[in-house]
Order: sequence, then structure tokens, then C-alpha cells
Amino acid sequence: MTTPPDPVSIRPRLWPRLRGVAGVLVALAATLLGLLLVTFVIGRVVPIDPVLAVIGERATQAQYEAARLSLGLDRPVWEQFAIYVRDALTGDLGTSIRTRTPVADDIRRFFPATLELATLATIIGVILGIPAGVLAATKPGSLLDQAVRLIGLIGYSLPVFWLGLMGLLLFYGILGWVGGPGRLSSGYEMMFEFDVPRVTGMILIDTALAGQWAIFRNALSHIILPAGVLGYYSMAYISRMTRSFMMNELSQEYITTARVKGMPEWRVVWVHALRNVQVPLITVIVLSYATLLEGSVLTETVFAWPGLGLYITTALFSADMPAVLGGTVVVGMVFVGLNMFSDILYRIVDPRAR
Amino acid sequence: MLLDSTLRNRGAALAAALMLGTSPVALGAATPDDTLVIAAKIDDIVSIDPAEAFEFNGIDLLNNLYDTLVELDPERPGELVPGLAESWDVSEDGLTFTFTMREGVTFASGNPVRAEDAAFSLQRVIKLNRTPSFILTQFGFTPDNVDDLIVADGNTLRMTIDRPLAPSFVYNCLTALVAAIVDKETVMANEVDGDMGYEWMKANSAGTGAYVLQSYRPSESYLLEAREGHWRGDANLRRVFLRHIPEPSTQRLMLEAGDIDIARDLTPVDVEGMAGNDDVVITDDVGGYIAYIAINGQHETLAHPAVLDAMRWLIDYEGMANSFLKGQQMVHQHFLPRGYLGALEETPYSLDVERAQEILAEAGIETPINATLSVRNSQDRMEMAQSIQNTFAQAGINIELSVGAGAEVLGEYRARQHEITLQAWGPDYPDPHTNASTFAMNPDNSPDAGLTGILAWRNAWDPEDLHEMAEAAVMERDTDARRAMYEEIQRRHRDDSPFIAMFQSIDQTGMRANVQGFHTGGAIDNATYWLATK
Repeated sequence: MTTPPDPVSIRPRLWPRLRGVAGVLVALAATLLGLLLVTFVIGRVVPIDPVLAVIGERATQAQYEAARLSLGLDRPVWEQFAIYVRDALTGDLGTSIRTRTPVADDIRRFFPATLELATLATIIGVILGIPAGVLAATKPGSLLDQAVRLIGLIGYSLPVFWLGLMGLLLFYGILGWVGGPGRLSSGYEMMFEFDVPRVTGMILIDTALAGQWAIFRNALSHIILPAGVLGYYSMAYISRMTRSFMMNELSQEYITTARVKGMPEWRVVWVHALRNVQVPLITVIVLSYATLLEGSVLTETVFAWPGLGLYITTALFSADMPAVLGGTVVVGMVFVGLNMFSDILYRIVDPRAR
Repeated sequence: MLLDSTLRNRGAALAAALMLGTSPVALGAATPDDTLVIAAKIDDIVSIDPAEAFEFNGIDLLNNLYDTLVELDPERPGELVPGLAESWDVSEDGLTFTFTMREGVTFASGNPVRAEDAAFSLQRVIKLNRTPSFILTQFGFTPDNVDDLIVADGNTLRMTIDRPLAPSFVYNCLTALVAAIVDKETVMANEVDGDMGYEWMKANSAGTGAYVLQSYRPSESYLLEAREGHWRGDANLRRVFLRHIPEPSTQRLMLEAGDIDIARDLTPVDVEGMAGNDDVVITDDVGGYIAYIAINGQHETLAHPAVLDAMRWLIDYEGMANSFLKGQQMVHQHFLPRGYLGALEETPYSLDVERAQEILAEAGIETPINATLSVRNSQDRMEMAQSIQNTFAQAGINIELSVGAGAEVLGEYRARQHEITLQAWGPDYPDPHTNASTFAMNPDNSPDAGLTGILAWRNAWDPEDLHEMAEAAVMERDTDARRAMYEEIQRRHRDDSPFIAMFQSIDQTGMRANVQGFHTGGAIDNATYWLATK
């Protein structure tokens, strides 16, 4: 049995926590508001008229005016912004000018596709990138190090568009090892439509929950190539950063001490040194994940992947501002959310940050 | 999307069929036997409501969900055949049209098709007043008078127009999907705040077509299911699944792998790359788009008749068509696309720099002339613009390119703010008036008139007597005389207007070799899925 804590001793601990939470919320709100404001202004500055995207070539001036009115574009810009923010606070992200569906529904449809792809790509990047970086750092200048650096360099410099198409041509077109573009083959896409209840919108998870393993396998065969391509870029970045963090760490005095004491080399590298680069590594991984979550428009185009990047880009070209703003809010929240998540991780892995 | 139990059962049946029918590759490469799988770039679709849709991909979809009173025969381009109206007639004075409805036809809902549905459908278009409504307002309908002018009377529909137009023109307009007949009971059951079902029709269909819309995800896919007992005879394939595949080379890969049956947006490079592949067949259809440049009449030097004339001789039509436009565009120098009544195939203009220089010198025009050419940022348009920039410069017309997104260039054009603009125009209904009314007519050229939908107005050009000639042509009841009138209008327009028509589009469609009976509709009609087999 524990004794109830002394109320006096709680207060000083509770306050900083509450203040911490409030601070995070204020930061979140300020970030999102700033993001929205900038996006809104950009949307007004670009010389594309959203009304034209809706009414087409042949519309008369009267029809143009009617459409403009119904879109609320006749109001002053600040008023449009205020209305937008007010609605967004209640969860209403408006209606897409182009698809005529609520933006929230569109995002519910497109974001899970990106989330699924980005997560898998990041997992691939981490699993391959960290060991590669660590190994390269242990033997700088060796053949292995050169290979890791070369692979990283190629990853940095190859256009993703080209790599995606070549990957498709080889693994899908010629070898037939993987499923083609899109999240599912046509037949399975229709089965998914009819037989699988939507829970998360992520096909791998929803089909697993429903026990639809045939569709799951098909989805896996489709996602593996785009995830591999994005994972390659993620790996290139993570391995380079890991290498440089580790090189720095391995030159520290405590490492020399550990070695002099006769500690096995693998323990020096994988336990002592790697533990100390955890914090910057988390930052690198989270950043790379967040970037992937914005949606990669080129990869999504090549692989006909109905994700957020393609959605926002298509919307931008027709000045579909509700859709662009809705997408921006989601991307902003992802960034802020992942930042908070990495803060929590720091505290777990690094006692000094607690 | 919520699914009822019948759909779930269909899904199970489909699953079973797939397990048995597909190849052991297990990646599901083959398309299901009873489904036509099409890849196309469909992010242009703004609406799937017949009263509002105006983009090609949206119209192609509607053509398979709805029927019209009068139809075009998909197998004999341009030929009118009875649709939901069994027969029709026009009064002596040419003002009253009577359509007798086909008996025994039902909507997908099971409701019978009545003259009342037909009247409602046309009235709805006028009252909603969206972009394509102009196709019907040409007959003098307004939201106020349409209830009196379009009347259901038992099994017949009576339509009274405001002036004696050529009956063929009226029938041609009625084949456009804006005149599709919708299910009044179903649409009105879904009305919200007096919107005549507008909200509901964004994602649903209520027609008599060979197919019913099963699901529609904007910029992603649509799935159609064939109706049983369709009045025209049932569709050959039970389902049509169209996937939004934005990248042409991706479409090509999927076609070659057998993951899709039809690819609709191949580039000449893709087509060439598939030569020798026996599993794939490429069909060429003339498309309806006319690529042209237009010169703003407010620019005194550029709009000088001699400068316009010189420009016609400064475009390398053949050079472009035989190089980067090969397979995509053919030389075409008139505003009516091949396939239309009165279309002309002659090509009197070619690149002739000396002649252009002479024309400019004779008229005493001082060179160099500086001008801006506005062009949208798509590859083929940019290449055309660069070719024009190159050849114009040879006679001292220096062009600066102004590149922008499609809506941006269009916005500038509609506001009469361009100098020279490179554009493409697609017809809206299968009658020559569709292009004559915009290229060669302009009822009021004043800036305040704001006739932004009319190309002649956008270029601040008064066609003078061509306007009257076009008006006379749309009233002419004799088809041969009507053809001759459009031929004359086009020749004069070609030689004496601020428009320079250059090319007509070609649609190249890639199909698996086992696919038969798929019609794109070419320049005149829209895609038909119900005749396709595989």
C-alpha cells in the first residue's frame, strides 16, 4: 500500500508538465496558423484562376461570376482566410474545387496510401541504412566504405522518376517479379472494393485485419517496388549520416579507453558508440520519414500511387486552394507530431534529456 | 462507400472467378475475363452530372451511363439513330419538334422512362445553368420560359424553339451528353435545398445507359457494372474498370504486361516502342482538337492584315507534323475538324519565309516586330511554340515565349490580355455550328460585352459578314447547301482572320490484341464501352 502523495509536492511537478503541454499546443496552433497563412497568400499570388478550372473554356461571363460567387471568391481575402480557419477548427476543411468532394474525405482517401508507402520505405531505409553506415565508419577508406559511399552518392543524384521507371521496366515489365503500378491489380482492386471493410485505409493492414491474404499478397507485390525506390533514397541519407556520426563518436576518448580495456570490438561499436549517436540518428530518421509523408509526387506519378503528393500537386495546378490548404494542414500536423514524437524518444534514450 | 449484401456477394463471386481464371503468376497480371480494364488520365473530370460535365473524360463516362433522345451510331460515325426517342418530327414552320418516346425502357432504378423525365432533364440543364447549358440555350430557352417551351404530353415530348434552325443542327445538339435523360424520380428524391439533385449527382448516376456507376473516386478510378435487359441489347462485358494512370510510359508497361486492356494516353515514343509486340494493337482515330494560334486584334501591328498573312507562311506545319508531333497531330488549316459536315482537308499554307518577307515589305511593315506568345506548360505545346518562335524570327518577327499553367494562359486569353496565344479547341457537339459559333461569330465586339466564351471576342475581332453567314448556315435546312456554306466560311476565315489553324489531333489507343469493338468516338462521338469484347 502506498501513501497518498503530499499535495504540496505534486504541485511543483504538475505545473511544469501542464505548462509543457500547453506550450506544445500553442506551438502547434501557431505553426499551423502560420503555415495556413503562408499557403493562403501563395494561393492568392499565383496567377491561376481557380474558377476557370471549374467552369472550363466555353463558360459565359455570367456563369463565371456565378461560380466565383458560389466559391466565395468575391469576398475580401482576409475574410476568406478567417472563414477558412473558423471552419477548419471545427474539422471542416472545405470542399475541393476540382473533385467537388469534401477535402477531409479526399485526404482520408489519399493520405493512408502515402502513410503506408512512407512507413515501409522508412523501415527499409533504417534496416539497411544504419548497419551500412556503422560498418562503413568502422573501416573508413575500405572497400566496404567506398561501396556504401558510392551507393549513397547514387541515391542522392539519381532522379527518382528515372529510377522508378527503370525499376518498373526491369522487375515488373521484364522479370515479372513484382506487381505493377497502382496499389493493387485490377481484379484485386475490385475485390478490395467489395470485400474488405475500410478501417485504416492502408491496404496491407485492412486486408490483414479482414484475413484477406490473397489481396494482402497482391498489395505487398505492388508496394514493394515503390517502397524500395523511396527506401533506397532514405537509406542513402541515413547511411551517410550514420557514417559521419559514428566516425565522430569512434574518435572519442572513451572509445579508446574501452578498447584499451580489452572490450570486444563489436561491443565498442554496436553498443557503446551506437548508443551515443541515437539522438542525432532519431532526428535524421524522423526528418526523412516526415519528408516521405509529404508524399513524393514523382514516385506517385510513375507508380500511379494515389497519394497525398499527387493530390496536392494536381490541386496546385488548378489553384484548388481548399485542397492545397487541407493537404498543407495534414503535412504540417505530421511534421509537428513527428517532432513531438522525437522529443519523447530523446527522453527515453538519453537520460540527460529527462 | 457502403455496400449492400448483393455487392458483397458479387465480390465473392469475382474472387472465386479470379482464383480460377488468372494465371499462376499470382501477381494478378491478367485482367478478369468479364471486365474491361482501361488506363487513362482522368484528373480533368470536374463533374459527372450531365448538366455540368464538359471535359472529354467525363463525357466518355457519361456516354456509357446515360442515353439521349437522338444518338450517334458508334459504328457509323456521324450518323443519327433513334435513342430514347423512337421517332421525331418537326412542324412546317420549323419551330416545334415532337419526339415520341420508346416504349418499355427503364432506368437503372427500375422506373419507366417517360416523356416527363425527358422534359425534366432538359429543363434541369437550363435551370442549373452550368457551362454546357449553352448547347441548349441556343434554341432560346431560359430558366423562365423553359417549362412552357419543353412540354411532356403523354408519350411525346414537344419542344418549341425561337427561330427556324436547321433540324439536323437541333438533332445533333440533342446527341450531346448535356441532353442525357435522367431519372426524375430518383434525382428529385435526392434533392437538397432545391438543388435538383446537383449535390447527389456528383457521385451517382441515374440513367438508362448500358452501364451503371458502381463507384467513382475522383482522380483514382471508376467502376461500371452492366445492366441486364438494356433496350439496345446487353453490354458484352459485365464490368468496366477505369484506372487513373497519369504517366503514359506507366500505361505502356501495364498494357504490355497485360495488367490493363486499353491504354488511352500513349505518346508516339510509347507507340513506337511497342512496334513488333503482337500482343498489342494500336488504333489511330482523328480527334476533335484543333491546335491554333490567335492574335489579339487590339495589338495594331500584329493584327495588321499583312502581318497576319505573313505569319500564315511562317509556320513549319509539315516539319512539326513529321517530327515531334508525329502520330499526335496532323496538318489541318481550318476550324472544323475532319469528320464534321463541311470540313476541308486542303492545306494551302506551308513554310515560305521569302514569301512572308515579300508580304511584309509590300505592305511597308517595319521589322523587327516584337511580340509575346503565350503557351501552356505541356511538352507538345512548348515544342510547337519553339518551332514558331524559330520560323517567325526568320522574317523578323521576334517572339518571346510566356509559359504558364493551363488555367493561367486561359485566364489571360479570356481577359483579352494576350498578344499571340497558342491554344487548342475541342468541339462540344457533333455539328459544324459548334466551332463556327465561336471562331467565326461575335455578336458584340465591345470590351464591355464580356463574351469570354467566344474565341472571336477574346481576340477582339469582328468577323463582320462572316457572322451573318454563320447564322444563315445554322438555319439552312438543305444539307448540301449547308455544307457549301461552311466551306465558304472556313476558306474566308482561314485567309482573313486573326486565327491560324495548324493541326488536328490524332488519338492513339493501345489495346490488347484480344480486345475488339472498342470505339473512342473519334472527333465526333464519345467512347462506347458496351460493344467491346475480349
